[in-house]
This record gives sequence, C-alpha cells and structure tokens, in this order.
Amino acid sequence: MTTAHELPVPLLSVRGLSVSYAAPRKGTHLGTGAALAEADLDVRPGEIVGIVGETGSGKTTLARATVGLVAPAAGTIAFAGSDVGGLRGRARRAFRRSGQVQLVFQDPLRSLDPDLTIGEIVREPLDIAGTLSRAERQERVVESLRLVGLDPDAVLARHPRQLSGGQRQRASLARAISTRPRLLFCDEPVSALDVSNRNLVLNLLDQLRRDLDLAVVIIAHDLSSLAGIADRVAVFYRGRIVEQGPIRDVLEDPAHPYTALLTASAPSIGDEDRLRPDQLKPAPDAPAWPADLGCGFAHRCPFVHDACADQPRPAPLPHAPARQAACHVATTWRERLAPPHPHKESA
Amino acid sequence: MSSQPENTLRVNDLQVSVADGLVAVQDVSFAIRRGESVGLVGESGSGKTLTCRAVLGLLPATGRVDAGRIVLGDGADEVELTGARRSTWDRVRAARVGAVFQDPASYLNPSLTVGHQLAEQLRIKTGLSRRAAHERSVELFAEVGLHDPAGVFHQYPHQLSGGMLQRVLIAIAVSCEPELLIADEATTALDVVIQAEILALLRRLRETHGLSLLLVTHDLAVVAESCDRILVMYGGQVVESGPTEEVLRNPQHPYTRALMGVATIGSWHRRRLDVIPGQPPAAGEDMPGCRFAPRCAQASASCTAGPVPVADLGAGRTSRCVLTTATTATTATTATTGQKVPA
Repeated sequence: MTTAHELPVPLLSVRGLSVSYAAPRKGTHLGTGAALAEADLDVRPGEIVGIVGETGSGKTTLARATVGLVAPAAGTIAFAGSDVGGLRGRARRAFRRSGQVQLVFQDPLRSLDPDLTIGEIVREPLDIAGTLSRAERQERVVESLRLVGLDPDAVLARHPRQLSGGQRQRASLARAISTRPRLLFCDEPVSALDVSNRNLVLNLLDQLRRDLDLAVVIIAHDLSSLAGIADRVAVFYRGRIVEQGPIRDVLEDPAHPYTALLTASAPSIGDEDRLRPDQLKPAPDAPAWPADLGCGFAHRCPFVHDACADQPRPAPLPHAPARQAACHVATTWRERLAPPHPHKESA
Repeated sequence: MSSQPENTLRVNDLQVSVADGLVAVQDVSFAIRRGESVGLVGESGSGKTLTCRAVLGLLPATGRVDAGRIVLGDGADEVELTGARRSTWDRVRAARVGAVFQDPASYLNPSLTVGHQLAEQLRIKTGLSRRAAHERSVELFAEVGLHDPAGVFHQYPHQLSGGMLQRVLIAIAVSCEPELLIADEATTALDVVIQAEILALLRRLRETHGLSLLLVTHDLAVVAESCDRILVMYGGQVVESGPTEEVLRNPQHPYTRALMGVATIGSWHRRRLDVIPGQPPAAGEDMPGCRFAPRCAQASASCTAGPVPVADLGAGRTSRCVLTTATTATTATTATTGQKVPA
C-alpha cells in the first residue's frame, strides 16, 4: 500500500535495538540472555507489519521494549519522532498511560480480568489515561465495542468467561483501541483461535487500521495468517531480524534460507511447485557447524560456508531495495539448491 | 488373515453426552484400517476431541458414552472399549493405543526426567529390566529424531523445547508398539518448521511400525498433507467423509467447502481471509435437521424439516446434506461413514 517514492514518516522507528535478559543458569539451553540484537524496524501509520519467528526469537521482546516493559540494552526506539526507549520514571509512566501504544495478548482468557465485566475491562485504560469525562468514557466504550463488531447491549455486563473465544479476542481488541492508540502491538492475537475466528479477527484488524489509521504490528508464529493481511513482514531468528520486506515478495521469493524453510514447511492444500523442507536442511552427513559461531542460523543452514563465521548484517537486496536480508548468500543460494526428493516427503 | 484389510478401530453410532446429558457427539461412525491415517477435522466444539477422548476412555468427569460401540482390533484381538473396565483399559492404553496432545509440557511430570518417564512405562507395560528399559528408551529417543538421545534421557521437561517435548511424548506413545496412535492437535502449538518435522515423523512411524493414526486438528491443510482419509465433524456429527484427495478436490458438504475457504492455502498471493458467519451450535442444542443450516449459504426449508440422513456417495465417500442426498438414490441412516458393508 505504500510505494517506494512516497513513504510516510514512520510512526515507530526502531534502530539497533538490543535487549538482554539476565543470563540463564548453565545447562538450561536458553541461550546467552541476548533476547534481541541490533534490530531495525519501521512501522508507518495505516500499515500492518507482521513479525514471524519461532519461540524465543525475540518477537515478544520487541513488543515489550516498545511499550516500555523492558529497558533496551542498546539502540533507540522513536515513537512519533521522540525517543521513548530512554524514558524513565515519571516520563515513561506518562507515555504508557497515554495509551498511544497498546498491546493485545494471545489468550484473552488469561489477559482479561475474570472479575470485571467487559464494560469495565474496555473502560479501564480510559480511566487510567484520565483525559475524558465519565460520560465521554462510557460513550467511547460503546463505540469501541461497535468497532470490533460486538453488540454493546449484549456484552457490556458480561464477564470474559461468558463469551466465546472469538468474542473474547474482539473484546480485548476493543480494550486496546479504547484510548485511540496510534500503534497496536498484537502478540499472537489468533493463535488460540480456530481458523474461522482467526480470519474474523484478522479482518477486523485490517478494518481497524483503515477506520482509525492505526499502525499495527502482528506477531505470529504462522506465516499463513499474515499472508492475507500484512503489508510487510519481518522474520526473526534467534534474536535477529534475518529478513524483512513486502510480504508477497518475502513469501514468494524468500531471500534468507530460514524464511525459505518457513514457507516450505507451512502445510497447504494444493500441489504447487514449491521447495520441500528437506531441500533447505543440511545433509545428514554434513559437518556440524558450532551453534554459537557467527550467523545464528548457520548450524541449520545447508548453504553454510566459511564466511558465515561473521554475523551477516541486514543489507538491501540488489534487485529489490525495499527488502533486506541478513545472509551472505541471500541472492545466490537458489543456485546451490539440491534437487528435490519427489517421493520422500509426499503424504 | 483374511484378504479384507484389518480394522484397527471401529466406532459405530457413537453418542457422547457431557454435563447434564447434553448430547455433544451423536451418530458418529467410522473405521480406521491397519496402517491408515484418518484426519478428524472441525472447529472448536465440533466434538472431535470428545470423540477421541471416548476412544481413549478419557472423557471428562461429567461425560459419558450413551450409545454406540467402540471396538479396537479385529478378530482374535478384538476388544470392546465401550463400558470397558479399568483392567481392560490398563491392557489397552499405551500397549495398544497411544496418544499425544496439544500441550506436551502438561502431560509430563516436571519433577522427573523425561527418560525416567519413558522407561517407567516400558518397565510397567513390557516388563523390561531397569537396564533394558534405559537402553530401549535411548533407542526410542533416537528414533523420534532427538539429538543426543542419551543426554536427553537425563533431562527434565523444562530443559526441552516444545518441539522436543512433543517428540518425547511421541516416543512414550509408541514405546509399547501400539496399533493406534491418536494425535489430538499435536502440532497446533508448534511453529511451522517443527510442525512439518513432527508430521513427517508421524508418517515415518506409520511406515516403520505399521501404525494407524487418528489425527485430530482444526486445520484442513495439516490433514491434506498427512491423512489418507478425512472425517469432517460439525456440531457433534460427521458431516462428510472420504479419501482426503477426493474430498478436498470435490467437497460435497457446504461446511467442508467453508472450511476449505478458511484453511491455510499454499499459494501466498491468495489474499483472502474467508470467515464462516455465525457460531457453531452449543453442545446439546436441540436442532431439527442439519446443524450447519443456520450458517449455510445454500440452506433451504428442507434442511431443517427433519433429520438429514448420511448419504453414501460411493467410493468410500459420505455426506450429510440434503443437497447431496437429493442427487443420490441411496440413503443410509444406519450404515454410515467409513467402511461400507458390501451391498
């Protein structure tokens, strides 16, 4: 939806963001404590940016850092032109309470207070922001519920457990948009829903960004739910953004071998001509690459070579400057692809 | 052994009710042949999980099987599971039916090593010595694709990732060489790369162990890649069944078509997010006729006039829809899905 000629000024601009949690104890296999390393990401108004990656790849950490729940170890987070990553104390609290950035969580049954009614849940952020009168707040609650397609009369006095899964997730969206945020971070908003409700909530997010000119970041572990909705996608692996760009280009012509493995692994209906996961995994007899040397994906990559001992930096692709990939062989790995094993994986 | 393919599981006219006699599963019949994989698909609340819990004898406290038969095995090995006693279940579970579920961490004891939990089952069910059980456990861990199986043996569940835990549970489930493996949303919580690996592992185990597989999922795409036959459930009933390829190429029931519309489709440029309007019926909701009718674009008065029988479409296909019934002469209310009695 945005063109290369006329990009609006990013609402959120993350540069070189690194976040580190305390180093875990020895032998717990949770990595070195670096949850996010040198991440660059822009999100523009009215844009939906998808974030994919496996568990522990730093997706949620990025969201938590942006809303100020964890302090960055390095880098900047600029929101609407001002640095919010460095905010402390009173200033940080004021930014959070302003409700300009809101989070939506995966499981509404766990993130919504079971003792409150839906009306109270949706009104709470407004009470905290404290900028509207009582009547205005009530009006805003009703309006927000309508925006997410819930009938205010039917749900206002209900408790979260009295709603269906899809309705509950819509209620948590209503809560998130009640302060009229400019940026919405949705952390796995559809993982707990089945396919039909999943698409319903995704369509709703699409509608909301149009109606409210919202910038939306959707974190998902599943590419297919982003395919129908996101404008751009960033692929995380082991705390780094390994690839980002317009979603169609990234999904149809992945530049990073990890993205290629993701798209090849997605289950699908229909026999299209696509890569198989085993083409994108190292041969069983290939020499093992040390897991902590250079590129984080190297030990799972069939195209690993000496250069991979240096962590590759994200760089624009020569043929598509709007795309970035952090891989030494981003443009050449296809030539080195092993021929497919036509019968090995077929069901 | 006869020339007829051997049945691993037969479910006939199963009816399951939950709290206060609400009928949540009704009139469900299917069979799984030896080595076959059958996908059970439907939205949340369609009764797919209750159906496989009934097969495992693990219904929730308020649930019970009201009617129907569940028979494991064929001929001399045949065991009737409906109303089975504890001693029967002890002989059947693990030894003949294994199961894996969505959240592997919650099925393992957090204070025992995963190896201990696998070896424990081997010792109890197959009478192996401590040492032999340890050796067999390490072999099984290697077989399900865990790296450093001897090291994994001594690890606790919290030290392993979700994908590794699911492999551990699969190792436990197949450790006693069961005939049937039930996988209830076993890959739903995993990321796509791990999901593909687990599905490939299940396929391999089917080939090497001659396992039959009942794969329960809400994602048609998962079934498309791993199942020979498919059963589509809606509102506690099987609404369509048949060979996966046929059903997906030419779905007969409007609900199957709706599910295909919302499923993950491979071609990424298909920028469409279909939604099935409305909500599925609640368990026990009294509905004359087709339970999908309120959400169906093709619904007419005849849909809700009376019970819709299952139509046998030949070639192992069935559909519970007035539209398909109207086009075929054969209607069958008792002979239902899955394997047909030769006419």
